[in-house]
Amino acid sequence: MGGERKGGATAALEVRDLTVVYRERPVLWNVNLTLPSGVLLAIVGPNGAGKTTLLKAVLGLVRPLAGQILVLGEPVERKRHRIGYMPQRSSVDWDFPISVLDVVLMGTYGKLGWFRRPGRRERIQALEALEQVGLSHLKDRQIGKLSGGQQQRVFLARALVQEADLYLLDEPFQGVDALTEEVIVHLLQGLRAQGKTVAVVHHDLQTVPTYFDWVLLLNVHPIACGPVAEAFTEENLRATYSRHPVPSLAQTKVAPPSKD
Amino acid sequence: MTLEILNDPTLRTVALGGVVLGLGSGAVGAYVLLRQRSLLGDAVSHATLPGIALAFLLTRSKEPAVLLGGALLAGWLGSWLVEAITRTTRVKLDSALGLVLSVFFGLGIVLLTFLQRYPEAGQAGLNRFLFGQAASIRQQDVLVMALGASAILLTIGLLWKELKTIAFDPEFAESSGLPARALGLILDTLTVLAIVVGLHMVGVVLMSAMLVAPAAAARQWTDRLDRMVPLSAFFGILASVGGALFSALIPRLPTGPAIVLVMGTLVFLSLLAAPNRGLLWPGRARGRPGFPKAERESP
Repeated sequence: MGGERKGGATAALEVRDLTVVYRERPVLWNVNLTLPSGVLLAIVGPNGAGKTTLLKAVLGLVRPLAGQILVLGEPVERKRHRIGYMPQRSSVDWDFPISVLDVVLMGTYGKLGWFRRPGRRERIQALEALEQVGLSHLKDRQIGKLSGGQQQRVFLARALVQEADLYLLDEPFQGVDALTEEVIVHLLQGLRAQGKTVAVVHHDLQTVPTYFDWVLLLNVHPIACGPVAEAFTEENLRATYSRHPVPSLAQTKVAPPSKD
Repeated sequence: MTLEILNDPTLRTVALGGVVLGLGSGAVGAYVLLRQRSLLGDAVSHATLPGIALAFLLTRSKEPAVLLGGALLAGWLGSWLVEAITRTTRVKLDSALGLVLSVFFGLGIVLLTFLQRYPEAGQAGLNRFLFGQAASIRQQDVLVMALGASAILLTIGLLWKELKTIAFDPEFAESSGLPARALGLILDTLTVLAIVVGLHMVGVVLMSAMLVAPAAAARQWTDRLDRMVPLSAFFGILASVGGALFSALIPRLPTGPAIVLVMGTLVFLSLLAAPNRGLLWPGRARGRPGFPKAERESP
């Protein structure tokens, strides 16, 4: 597998022979994948399939046993400032004494460099991102006083101000309201339209074909990765969830016996 | 009372020491509290005791720089050991903290007992490091403490946005290129430094309270870190100066307990009366703020 795809364009993300082990148990096993630029990718798989670990390995937050990761054709260490990251909401303490605007400003810190404080330019950037996620009226609110969906949108706004080429989002739709889901999907598709690459850990199989154009089916090793039309097949899903029931798809493709 | 403090050089030194101690531990304490490292502070402060005793044993000097230098090394070693134990073995964090705290403290007590044989040890007054003794504080002690506190404030000021980011979201910090481990180490080092600054007045047994309590009180009154850190330092100063003066004026009252009692009163009042978060505040939101609501089940 090479990093070059159609038209000689450099792959946004290329993972070669990636293996991550936790306490002698493989979490990711021999993962190879190539993601072209300008796609909106859903990463799906059962719990414990290594979806979050894959994102963290790309970001250098977990140390792999083996493997190589290229971002925009170069080792990830050199392209870290081109990656935007949205962690799971449960990864932080929302009682932390910090305002919505301050959290979003953190997205500018990577480019600011040591010792420098965010100035006018950064504040304008952060305010624009808040406007995009529809939260500018809450900019001075302490983050714990927001709803779960609003908190997810704050994290998304922080990733947006990173002005990246590759975005990695960990379950942005976890526990959100319908409005938030709509706002997030709209923004992600907007990013793709700008030629950015977006990879999203996603749980709801039903919305994969409507929200995303690419899909990675992962269960410790990748089962399939490609355009939704090619990769998102029932056979691949069954292989991915072999030891688990395939919940939502079974309901959409095979008509379920009516319960009442 | 105020005049008396200004006129009496001993009390002036004590009050000045209190200001320096409260400033350092209050400011760092905000980060200790927010990173949920309170128990590490307790382990580290107990771990400094053998460092003090060994520094005296090796040098026979009672210079504050020497004794506190020993405390700094031992405290840092204790903090490093906790990290090393949890990283390389399957011992969990709370057990590692308990182990380091008790073993180091035990060693410190043994060394202190052993030192009783030396006549000059009693004179050096190493026992005062157990519960703190403000009355014995001299100008050169305050000077060394002030150096430590300045280093703390300078670091926090210079690395403000970096430290805020790793305290709030270390993984995001690392993902955006900040060296999260190094910054965590810097914060842990500042914690050790704040403890060492306070040892003479508060003592190893109660020092961790001076990290946690001012920060806990300050958190009640504000929702912003740039106000919480100075407010925590202010509460620290208030309690240290108040407690230290009490103990200097009342014979045989050890300073550490006096300071901690004043601080405890401030925390109690803050927990009750602070706007929004206080228990007595009408219409206080029920439940813990920021606690995630029922999550959607994943398939």
